Amino acid sequence: MRLGERAFGILLTFGIMGVFWILLSGIFDTFHLISGLVCCAIVSIISHDLLVKGKSEKKLQKSLRLLIYIPWELWQIVLANIDVAYRVLHPKMPIDPLIIEFETTLRGDFSLATLANSITLTPGTITILVEPERGKFWVHAIAKEPAEALLADQTMQKKVAHVFMET
Amino acid sequence: MVLVHVVVTVLLGAGVFFILVGSIGLLRLPDFYTRLHATGKCDTLGGGLVILGAAIYHLFQYPETLLVPAKLAFLIFFIFIANPTATHAIMKAAFKTGVEPWRLGEERR
Repeated sequence: MRLGERAFGILLTFGIMGVFWILLSGIFDTFHLISGLVCCAIVSIISHDLLVKGKSEKKLQKSLRLLIYIPWELWQIVLANIDVAYRVLHPKMPIDPLIIEFETTLRGDFSLATLANSITLTPGTITILVEPERGKFWVHAIAKEPAEALLADQTMQKKVAHVFMET
Repeated sequence: MVLVHVVVTVLLGAGVFFILVGSIGLLRLPDFYTRLHATGKCDTLGGGLVILGAAIYHLFQYPETLLVPAKLAFLIFFIFIANPTATHAIMKAAFKTGVEPWRLGEERR
């Protein structure tokens, strides 16, 4: 089982890097393709554990859930920008900054990073600090409403926990 | 072709608008943290929209070189990952070195 996971990680890394090489080089003669594939093989054998880490179970399902999560996140980014545009262009500048803290059930590196980046990109909030051991977040909010939205219904925490199956 | 031009113009216009709003916010907002709200969000979407417009224009104007739109799509992807991370890193550095957050009613800095 351990060997199978290792092979899966190496193959996945090799695949991603190979596609990337072909896309970025744009030259399709034998020399460039072979040298690229050799480089990809060496790098993926040495450092595949940087990209694919831990258990391989349910990876497909997590990737699918992430694909569903991304459009929602993009829509939130658009809302965040309209929110910032409103606050900046309003003559009185309706801002009232405050710092809030909350704890989540998330522990994985990737899920914490996703939640931190999502908070930064959604309306009115930016992640300041993350404490991975307790899943604790410090967040700077530009006004009271976005802070309360983050604390009260916790939509985003639930969505990220759902994507990475860490409820 | 006209439709493509309209879509591209709308995308570029929206992108430029958001980058402009980010710059105005950088000047108008009162302190370090709130300024990062403006730049961190608006540069991400603004830059992304401008590059998306360029990619769509290239896709229809020069359909023989498909690699260019693909590379531009990668650029958007990396901007959307790197920009919030960088914003968070700057925010964390400021917080750890003890920059005081501005509260309502204080002087702007």
